[in-house]
Amino acid sequence: MSDVKKFMYINRKAPYGTIYAWEALEVVLIGAAFEQDVSLAFMDDGVFQLVKGQDTTELGIKNFSPTYSALGDYDVNKIYVEKESLEARGLTLDDLMPLKYEDEDDDWAEKDSIRVVTAAEMAEILEQQDVVLSF
Amino acid sequence: MPIEVEGKTIETDEEGYLANLNDWTPAVAEAMAKEDGTELTDAHWEVINFLREYYDEYQIAPAVRVLTKAIGKKLGKEKGNSKYLYELFPYGPGKQACKYAGLPKPTGCV
Repeated sequence: MSDVKKFMYINRKAPYGTIYAWEALEVVLIGAAFEQDVSLAFMDDGVFQLVKGQDTTELGIKNFSPTYSALGDYDVNKIYVEKESLEARGLTLDDLMPLKYEDEDDDWAEKDSIRVVTAAEMAEILEQQDVVLSF
Repeated sequence: MPIEVEGKTIETDEEGYLANLNDWTPAVAEAMAKEDGTELTDAHWEVINFLREYYDEYQIAPAVRVLTKAIGKKLGKEKGNSKYLYELFPYGPGKQACKYAGLPKPTGCV
């Protein structure tokens, strides 16, 4: 692949109530077929998308949170979560789903996809991207 | 276009995918395959059952690349390749096998 670009999908909204979170996830899964270098960022209320134990029964909406665990199968394994956004909502890494991927270059060892980064680190990561899509 | 299975009428969309995923039974898969002129063998069922388990866990139908890789891991290398899967499902393993499995068309399926 000669023209691999760095794609970053930014998720800023709570998972339900608007269609943004699900739409972003679908775009990521579709885009993964094109074998680009894909990263995801979760900040502001977007961090709620990754919280474990989601139950949408009362909302009458499909709980799509299990789908984030499939991202590893799609070779999407750089998932950055902003530390300040977690803290402001009383959340820690332990409150999030343990998203994993298998590292092809390391004998399929299972590794964590989520990396908690500070706002300053996030700014640097964003700086390195070719394409940034915000949801 | 609705299909008739064991005396029941089951709704499908214009491409033949189930309108309501809960309507699925193995007989539905058999009926869909028959319409396409396909006889379902154990090899077909392995893939169909795998897709149903995948959907149950992740709530999506996997892209064909993901399906191929995962089948290879679960059922053996000789099955985790496009040639094997296309021989079973000549209309495309993603589209055809997902249809028989009662799942929606795979996300990102082109």
